[in-house]
Amino acid sequence: MCTTCGCGQGETTIEGKPVEAHEHVHRHDDGTVHSHPHAHDAGHAHDPAQGHAHEHAAGEHLHWHQHADGTWHSHVHGGGTAHPLGAAAGLGGAHAPGMTPTRMLQIEQDILAKNDAFAADNRRLLADRGIFALNLVSSPGSGKTTLLVRTIEALAGRLAVAVIEGDQQTSLDADRIRATGAAAVQINTGKGCHLDAQMVGRALSTLNPADGSLLLIENVGNLVCPAAFDLGEAHKVVVLSVTEGDDKPLKYPDMFHAADLMLVNKIDLAPHVDFDVDRAIAYAHRLRPGLPALCVSAKTGEGFTEWLAWLERGAAAARAARDRDIDALHRRIAELEAELARRASAGAAA
Amino acid sequence: MHEMALAEGMLELVENAAKRNGAARVTAVRLELGVLSHVARDALSFCFDAVTKGGIANGAVLEIEATPGAAWCMPCGARVPLAQLGDPCPRCGGWQLTVVQGEEMRVKEIEIA
Repeated sequence: MCTTCGCGQGETTIEGKPVEAHEHVHRHDDGTVHSHPHAHDAGHAHDPAQGHAHEHAAGEHLHWHQHADGTWHSHVHGGGTAHPLGAAAGLGGAHAPGMTPTRMLQIEQDILAKNDAFAADNRRLLADRGIFALNLVSSPGSGKTTLLVRTIEALAGRLAVAVIEGDQQTSLDADRIRATGAAAVQINTGKGCHLDAQMVGRALSTLNPADGSLLLIENVGNLVCPAAFDLGEAHKVVVLSVTEGDDKPLKYPDMFHAADLMLVNKIDLAPHVDFDVDRAIAYAHRLRPGLPALCVSAKTGEGFTEWLAWLERGAAAARAARDRDIDALHRRIAELEAELARRASAGAAA
Repeated sequence: MHEMALAEGMLELVENAAKRNGAARVTAVRLELGVLSHVARDALSFCFDAVTKGGIANGAVLEIEATPGAAWCMPCGARVPLAQLGDPCPRCGGWQLTVVQGEEMRVKEIEIA
């Protein structure tokens, strides 16, 4: 676990069940490295920063080396012993542990490449099924869950809704959602400060939302970390409540920069607090020019007509895109069948 | 603070590349980090040290190249420097800006032995 931020790995659960199994890489005293998979639900806990020890008999490792001239060779390593020079004699000097010549390796890979690959898988699955997915992000206490509950109730009979809930602990939010009758899966991130695309992918296979439905992903309440992680959603929706202060967009710019819609929630409380809606929106526009904003109250339902209309437009567009894809596939099948028939008749005629 | 997750992502890229190339050790990692990216440089450096401990990249030097931020200003029709998100265009003072550079978080190269 990181002592700076408290983020952890191996602590995620979906519906209370552990999900993480990860690779461990070990370096032995003789400098050799190997890896093996490791699941935390196997009853073996450890601090990932520490590694752990393995016993290996001298001579049991086969090593591959590449020399400075590009040639490869392998040999059995007896535990830290130097060995005679092979094909590289005279090129790179002594071949002994600690004296191996170094070389640069171009990588050019995005740190988030793995997350982004999982996000692309999620996005493809959602597109194939015409599901409109939103990633709701905000600070803790902005009223996201209450907003979701009212949204689900208002959409009853109009649009099927499924929910993925992210919190460090408890299934309280998923329980509140399930009480509305909507399907919900709770992800507990343990010490984690954000949802990532792999967690959402796993939750999606548990949740199995209906084709053409609306998927609402309620991220961990945190206005910083979730900004960096694409989950495969159509849009990030940032929720800012009037009790938080109108300068929040400037204080937490990354999230407002990443969002495609801003909901100003608890608008019913605006007369009682020192919150200038226009200023909040103007600040958000400094980070994301033209960011659409809707003022809503999950308590009174104010602004819900516009919010629900926005959701239904998005869901309709997702379904229409899926239908277009399927039509294109049917046309392609028809073309291929016509081509097969043409060749068959050409063969019969010959 | 999500730097631990980013450091783990980085470690995975580094380890995979090192293994593919038969490296025994990774001695240095060069990272390109845009100044507008979602990351605190010191926290990332701290987390990198924590996740590399005991592995193939144990003790590797983390070299961070900071890529400056830049945006396209629509009213100016020009590319302008941007030191941080929320800053106005240095030419017109407006905020009709689209970030075009500075959000990179890439492992550029590693030094292996």
